[in-house]
Amino acid sequence: MSPAAAPLLVAEGLRRVYRRGSESIAAVDGVSFRLAEGEFVAFVGPSGSGKSTLLHLLGCLDNPSSGRLEAAGRTVFDGARPLAERALTRIRRELFGYVFQRFYLIPTLTVEENVRLPFAFFKKAGAEAGVEPLLDLLGLAARRNHLPGQLSGGEMQRVAIARALVNRPRILLADEPTGNLDVRRSEEIGVLLRTLNRRDGLTIVLVTHNPGLARLADRVVELRDGRLAPPADSGS
Amino acid sequence: MSVFRIAFKNLLRKRTRSLLTVLGIALAAWVLISLFGFNRGYESALNRDIDNLGFQMLVTAKGCPYEAATLMLKGGTGLRYMKEGIAEDIRREPEVEDVTPMLMQAVFDPNKGESGGISAYLGVDPATFPRLKGKLEFLQGGWFERADAREAVLGYEAAELEQREAGDYLLIPDKDVEVKVVGVLKRTGTQDDGTIFLPLRTVQDVFGVDGELTGVGIKLRKDADPAGFENRMYALPDVQVVSLAQVKTTIMTLVSTAKVLVLSIALIAILIAVVGVVNTILMSVVERTPEIGVLKSMGALAGDIFRLIWIETVLLCLAGGGLGALLALATERLTEVLVRALLPFAPSGGLIRIDAGLVLLTLGVIVAIGLLSGVYPSWRAGRVRPLDAIRSEVE
Repeated sequence: MSPAAAPLLVAEGLRRVYRRGSESIAAVDGVSFRLAEGEFVAFVGPSGSGKSTLLHLLGCLDNPSSGRLEAAGRTVFDGARPLAERALTRIRRELFGYVFQRFYLIPTLTVEENVRLPFAFFKKAGAEAGVEPLLDLLGLAARRNHLPGQLSGGEMQRVAIARALVNRPRILLADEPTGNLDVRRSEEIGVLLRTLNRRDGLTIVLVTHNPGLARLADRVVELRDGRLAPPADSGS
Repeated sequence: MSVFRIAFKNLLRKRTRSLLTVLGIALAAWVLISLFGFNRGYESALNRDIDNLGFQMLVTAKGCPYEAATLMLKGGTGLRYMKEGIAEDIRREPEVEDVTPMLMQAVFDPNKGESGGISAYLGVDPATFPRLKGKLEFLQGGWFERADAREAVLGYEAAELEQREAGDYLLIPDKDVEVKVVGVLKRTGTQDDGTIFLPLRTVQDVFGVDGELTGVGIKLRKDADPAGFENRMYALPDVQVVSLAQVKTTIMTLVSTAKVLVLSIALIAILIAVVGVVNTILMSVVERTPEIGVLKSMGALAGDIFRLIWIETVLLCLAGGGLGALLALATERLTEVLVRALLPFAPSGGLIRIDAGLVLLTLGVIVAIGLLSGVYPSWRAGRVRPLDAIRSEVE
């Protein structure tokens, strides 16, 4: 972690407005945020507070309605024209790995095949050599030939994490990664994420309802009604 | 890991649905291959039968029955004659490759059947007839060699009816002339089977019709124009021309009507298969929308997803086409039996001709149909936004 270094993500006055009939709802409302390389940040907040929407905007899965977003020094959104899906995909390939609440493993592919799945579409130079160490790190080497149906929920999420990391992303975005897991499996995943951050310097942005998981992060950011809540100690 | 492998594994996820779709395509391919096989086989079998006749055109005296069956119906009467010299006149025509003069005669045989019957004899020229009928094969013996020999060659059924073999003698009733059977033909499936062949001069001599003929068989050169030649033949006095090309055209027209009907059924089968494929792939795309979104989040472009879904469609079509081809090959004989039972006229020999070229052509057609039917589902899948996956998860 080096907060003094150039930030990986810079968001300024980010807004995302959805329209339902004549009504406009700002899911994210003027959020400014910086993410340094090697940071582990957790977004927390009640349901509907906009934390997942913010994660999607930061992860280039969606275009903001207004504001400004920079990723790794590149302007993703300058407040004027949204990027085309193809351009967003290219940024996603370079920078991000995603983990979702549900695992979305292909049931007819083995663990190893699921992990290698991104290679069918895009493979970063040298990524192939990283597969074995990744399987070892995530404790999946012995399960490589198993099908997802033969795994526990925790193991399936570890496969999903391995799949997200196989192309060596600079930032791992995890949206409720323990939402479908019991307490013990959630702790396992938390420890794993912490290890990836501390040992390998992986930058992680996490959305969670799980206070135990949030506590593992370097920084916890709370959202309320689409805005960043002031730090807990700022008002005291 | 290749996109092909992912596509193949995706199809295994809903095995029953994939299998039913493959079966639908297989049925369409089966019908298509059998139909095209019939199209080829029937025409070549008909051509083979006509080639076996040895000549494409028959010139007879006007009003003369030219088939043994017609002669029988007329009680062996009604024969009309042409002068023998007409054969040489026709031979001189530049489009003619060969001619063979023929003389048909019939007598009442009181010993035939329960109350007697007509026995027909065809006098043929031993120098030209065997040459034109080169495809006739002998069960026993061979052709007579002299034009005035008192010898006979029996068609397969004629030999059975007369109960004669090579070496036996055969009495021509009413004429008290005995001829020696020197050959028995193998079955041909044509009217030759019921014919008693005698040398031309023998028939002229025995029946007292010297210098007369009832017909001249004509074989045209390959580059000849049969229709033009036929018209020129009508310029000859008091002759009628029977063109086997006409007969073939008439039969093929009849068969074409049946083919159009079967082709319509095949097209309906293909249409149903296409709808089945589109439905299967579209259902699969809808079910996998969140997953497709995740694939896009991990770096798949719209084109990658389009390719993946397209390959799934083509794999289904290839599997169905392959299975259909196997079915068509395995049931070739059964299809032939059914077609023979349904057709008003079926030539001898194989009616269905399925070869590697036909199988490949049909597979090509099926894959092309698959490619077309996969366009919409693949395009729709390619348009899925990654956010759709996450949204549906949240919902």
